[in-house]
Amino acid sequence: MTAPRFAVGARVLILDLGKHGHVRIPHYVRGQVAEVERYCGAYRNPEDLAYGRYDGPRIDLYRVRIAQAALWPGYAGDAADDLEIEVYDHWLAPAEAGGRGETPPC
Amino acid sequence: MLICEGEAGGDYYALMTEAMHRLLLERGVLAPEDVDTLVADLTAPNSGWGARVVARAWVDPGFKARLLADGRAGCAELGYPVREAQLVVLENTPALHNLVVCTLCSCYPRSLLGQPPWWYVSKAYRARAVREPRAVLAELGYVLPESVKLRVHDSNADLRYLVLPMRPAGTEGWDEAALAACIGRDALVGAAPARVP
Repeated sequence: MTAPRFAVGARVLILDLGKHGHVRIPHYVRGQVAEVERYCGAYRNPEDLAYGRYDGPRIDLYRVRIAQAALWPGYAGDAADDLEIEVYDHWLAPAEAGGRGETPPC
Repeated sequence: MLICEGEAGGDYYALMTEAMHRLLLERGVLAPEDVDTLVADLTAPNSGWGARVVARAWVDPGFKARLLADGRAGCAELGYPVREAQLVVLENTPALHNLVVCTLCSCYPRSLLGQPPWWYVSKAYRARAVREPRAVLAELGYVLPESVKLRVHDSNADLRYLVLPMRPAGTEGWDEAALAACIGRDALVGAAPARVP
């Protein structure tokens, strides 16, 4: 078993893989830059399990944190409010400059 | 054989369920008591179990620390087996309030709390709890002070969540049973505070 790809505190980009079917990454977080809050362990991929493929590899799962103000333009709550969500490793990339969420909206 | 009838006569799905049950018994896949055991496992958990976990955490700092480190192990100490997943316990403080939603379906720690409230599975709650959580809380009767940071947890994948609400003022010296009565079902997902009854 290899070490998780991302450390707590790492900045990650949530990818939009465009997959159909039983996908656990909701559209509203795709394309967002987030911060890794914790590593949750490795789990079989629900995208496989839902279709009876039980022997796939286990995939690292992270909880990541996103500012509500970045998720929802015009968010009405406090500027400090945020959201945490679980994201599988294959939906993540290291956040690089220029990714959506790196720059404030026009 | 049990005959199931709806208003229009035989209920197709009930009959199919009964037929499948009988076949599984005949083939020896299920023993007669297996379904009863499964139904009992589904119906026994309830929010009172979660309330007792919280009350213990309020009176026992060592237990609280273990519960926050590993929710499932903490619940197991009180005899509640959380079967479906890891359990992450989210502590509310004067500066931070936690709210749980499953936007994709209705993930909920059912083996501890039983079935979720009707509004938790509604599309309106699932859509709005992430987008305008303070308005949703206010509609549920809880106006969160502006000074308290709100953290929404989308229970979207492999973990389950339990909110540890703040102990209400005026409950100093209360025993665990009296404290548990302050903790309603909605407080365990952050949709309400704990309140003195």
